[in-house]
Amino acid sequence: MAEQPVFAPWNDPSEKPLIQFQNVTKRFGDFTAIDDLTLDIFEKEFFALLGPSGCGKTTMMRMLGGFETVTNGTIKIAGQDMNKVPPNKRPVNMMFQSYALFPHLSIYENIAFGLRRTSMDKGAIDARIAEMLKLTRLEKFARRKPHQISGGQRQRVALARSLAKAPKLLLLDEPLGALDKKLRQDTQFELMDIQEKTGTTFVIVTHDQEEAMTVASRVAVMDEGLIVQVATPDAIYEAPNSTYVADFIGDVNIIEGRASQSGNKTKLSWAEGQPNIIGTTTRTFETGQTCHFAIRPEKVAISVEEPTKAANKLHGKILDIAYLGNISTYHVELPTGHIIKAQTANTRRLARRTMTWEDPVWISFTDTAGVLLDR
Amino acid sequence: MRRAILILTPYLWLFALFLIPFLIVLKISLSDAALAIPPYAPQLDLAGGWSAIKDFFAGLDFENFEFLTTDDLYWKAYLSSFKIALISTALALLIGYPIAYSMARAAPEWRPTLLMLVILPFWTSFLIRVYAWMGILSNEGLLNQFLLWTGLIAEPLTILNTNYAVYIGIVYTYLPFMILPIYSALEKMDDSLLEAAEDLGCSRTSAFWLITIPLSKTGITAGCFLVFIPTLGEFVIPSLLGGSQTLMIGKVLWEEFFNNRDWPVASAVAIILLLILIIPIILFQRNEQKQREMEG
Repeated sequence: MAEQPVFAPWNDPSEKPLIQFQNVTKRFGDFTAIDDLTLDIFEKEFFALLGPSGCGKTTMMRMLGGFETVTNGTIKIAGQDMNKVPPNKRPVNMMFQSYALFPHLSIYENIAFGLRRTSMDKGAIDARIAEMLKLTRLEKFARRKPHQISGGQRQRVALARSLAKAPKLLLLDEPLGALDKKLRQDTQFELMDIQEKTGTTFVIVTHDQEEAMTVASRVAVMDEGLIVQVATPDAIYEAPNSTYVADFIGDVNIIEGRASQSGNKTKLSWAEGQPNIIGTTTRTFETGQTCHFAIRPEKVAISVEEPTKAANKLHGKILDIAYLGNISTYHVELPTGHIIKAQTANTRRLARRTMTWEDPVWISFTDTAGVLLDR
Repeated sequence: MRRAILILTPYLWLFALFLIPFLIVLKISLSDAALAIPPYAPQLDLAGGWSAIKDFFAGLDFENFEFLTTDDLYWKAYLSSFKIALISTALALLIGYPIAYSMARAAPEWRPTLLMLVILPFWTSFLIRVYAWMGILSNEGLLNQFLLWTGLIAEPLTILNTNYAVYIGIVYTYLPFMILPIYSALEKMDDSLLEAAEDLGCSRTSAFWLITIPLSKTGITAGCFLVFIPTLGEFVIPSLLGGSQTLMIGKVLWEEFFNNRDWPVASAVAIILLLILIIPIILFQRNEQKQREMEG
């Protein structure tokens, strides 16, 4: 079997980006929503803008759609400067957070709306709508009005309507925000499936990190108008470039200390009377520089016996246990007062668990399990 | 029991204050004019027993309705009222829609104030406001003085006592009834619908015709009926602002009652007017019901 090429156009310098943000700044009065932002998004990407509310992700999307003007800088789509192009002239469609379905039109007419604004003939429009209805499994509901269908179906109508014109770029503004958790998870996979089938570039705005991780080829983590990190979901998770990203995505233990480097290993002196934490990093730290060690709870092992072959081991006692069914998170208090979270899969039944509250335990991790961050 | 009272109350109200007066007017319309107090005959005399009641019913006939068809004044008055009501409604819509639209598009903190300004004229008596228009529109009135002062006209315009004054008065008086339902329909509209329409290739103008207008249709319909129905029977405005050539059925009705003291003919005119109004009232109610279904 031939090896499938990895989809990573962002690593290929010969690849031309579909969307280019070039030093884009957006101000509302004296509030800076987007600050001197430069970003490339490539064709066929499923790109997620992730961040807390007010971080500027929606503003970025609305600038792509043409609903907000750029204060400074340029946005290019397929090499063309978009700054003066109104929304109705852009090769971009948007799926709105509220879905914005036209309440006076049937599902069929909602999907047809964009097509009827083009010079497409009636037969071609009908064929295209049939295709869209099939793609989103809405054939049965074509004659209904938006208020006669469920929330999940409305979401699919909104998707079908925005895809009908086969845009180069589809913008999705919190597309799954209004759905309940179970439906949201199913719909995430459906979205990925549709994205792959149609080959459209998707840019999704979300505040749900799990959603971003699930669907996206790359994730941009944003904070106060700046992009903190752009990377694939696994790189964001495993190799965050700052404590902000590490903290925003998933659960993390962060220990602050002073670095000292020897070879490719970095030692972190973090508390008196405690062994240095040994980590691996590609960054260079000056001796004595403040740095943060970030490690995910599932990469921290917990045991009653002292582990023999661990690069890092610390002694503490169990403060709390969060039982989540498939996994448990142990909150281990170290003598220094630090609380470290360690996660293990519950491979045994709860009754046979060997550790309980107040038990003295060892936590351990390898020297490559965590990352050392300078900010 | 409580339910029955709740349901019965509006029916009792309608029965006592609408159906009974209607039946009295209907009865008068079937009577003959007489020089008496009250000025019509026959009178129902329950003390006279069964034969008196029989005589009473024998005395009723459709003569007055037949009379309405013989004199072309009446159907001309109906037609003219219809025309004036229709044109006034169209004018009120043309003026009211942009006002309602800009109110709904105004910043949310301004909306209560704007709404207040629309309702504010109701704080002054309707009659006083119509009299005020006489002062504005007369030959020596404010409007003519202003136009003469600007030099736009050399001779004062004759507006008062013409149909123009009637239109101005009606549109002015009933404009809030046009603005309010349209405003309430537009205010509920989600702005992202317009963005979605633009996103799908509409220009601003076509988004207005394809989205805003259809979504405010129930408001437009409600507003039109709320202006059309009372205008059709309007009496005060044409008699104060209109001239002798302004023919409206409300005025005819008033003249029959008070100048000719022919209560039976006046009642017949009123009955016909009511029958004409029933059609738009039913249409109006169907519109309201449709709107409730849309929202429900």
